Amino acid sequence: MIVRISGEGQYRLADEDCDRLNELEKSVISIVEGGSEDGFADAFRELLGYVRTQGTPLADDDLEGSDVILPPSDISFDEAGTEFTGEGLIPD
Amino acid sequence: MAGLTGRMSTVVKAKVSKLLDRAEDPAETLDYSYQKQVEQLQNVKKGIADVVTAKKRLQMQESSLQQSVVKLDTQARQALSAGQEDLARTALERKNVAQTELQGLDTQVTELEDQQQKLTDSEQKLRAKIEAFRTKKEVIKAQYSAAEAQVRISEAATGVGEQMADVGLAMQRAVDKTENMKARADAVSELEAAGTFEDIGQLGSGEDDIDRQLKQLSSQPAVEDDLAKMKAELGTGARPPAHPSDGPAAPQISPGAEAAEGVPGAPEEAQQPSGNGGQA
Repeated sequence: MIVRISGEGQYRLADEDCDRLNELEKSVISIVEGGSEDGFADAFRELLGYVRTQGTPLADDDLEGSDVILPPSDISFDEAGTEFTGEGLIPD
Repeated sequence: MAGLTGRMSTVVKAKVSKLLDRAEDPAETLDYSYQKQVEQLQNVKKGIADVVTAKKRLQMQESSLQQSVVKLDTQARQALSAGQEDLARTALERKNVAQTELQGLDTQVTELEDQQQKLTDSEQKLRAKIEAFRTKKEVIKAQYSAAEAQVRISEAATGVGEQMADVGLAMQRAVDKTENMKARADAVSELEAAGTFEDIGQLGSGEDDIDRQLKQLSSQPAVEDDLAKMKAELGTGARPPAHPSDGPAAPQISPGAEAAEGVPGAPEEAQQPSGNGGQA
């Protein structure tokens, strides 16, 4: 499985890592949906940290597409709110 | 193929796919896409140049504000040792506003540096992918039939396309941030033009509009702290104003012995309109 962190690069992860990745993503989303910023930065950092530590970076000249694309590391809580909840779910 | 079922990755991926869809008809992919890739690379370079320009402007403002802080601090000391506490307070208020602006600028310069680094990294990755694509395209063209080559080249173009889309998103974020910074830089310029950080030696009469606004802007406790500290340093705490009759009507720094007393190295130019301070 290839995961891209937007604005950063691509990583190759084992398929078994997918479940944990899903869990981490769900916890970020539930924080965003809760509307309170508490814990957002930590949860999001944990998600990206998991990809960086479990994954192997792809070479710059690798031409494979990604299976998963995650938002950039500097996304703010407000941006995440607009992007991933309510009306923002379907990008314009 | 495994993939996240979550909402976040779905949304981001949809965004990237949308940018990819906007790209050319796969039938034209063969040579046309390489040309598009090179164009995109030029755009990224331009984007980086814009970020650098915005950063330079903020850095210039930083150094000008730093000079104001030093100057106003010196003037506050001079005023205080001349017994003109009101004037000293005005200088400290201005210094306080300048310092607050400085802190804001500092954060933003750091943020722009971060954006610059990210774009530079992205550009490098895109360049590597484009080069790999170019090589692979030629190899595929030489080895396969036209139809087969088409399919294989389209596959290879996916990786480049995704990187291009990602760089596009990064550029958009950088542009948004740079716009915000420009607004901030403009605001500081306006304050400068209004004479907010101007030399108090140039004040004609007592309190003006700027001073009233400054009093609202600046946090009084910080100014009072500064004033108390300065008084302690100068040992002027109990000293009455030298010319009480001057009152608040015409606070002026006397250039003569009185002001310079006990302030070694007080700048001579304090009394003169120095440079083009706030004149637009």
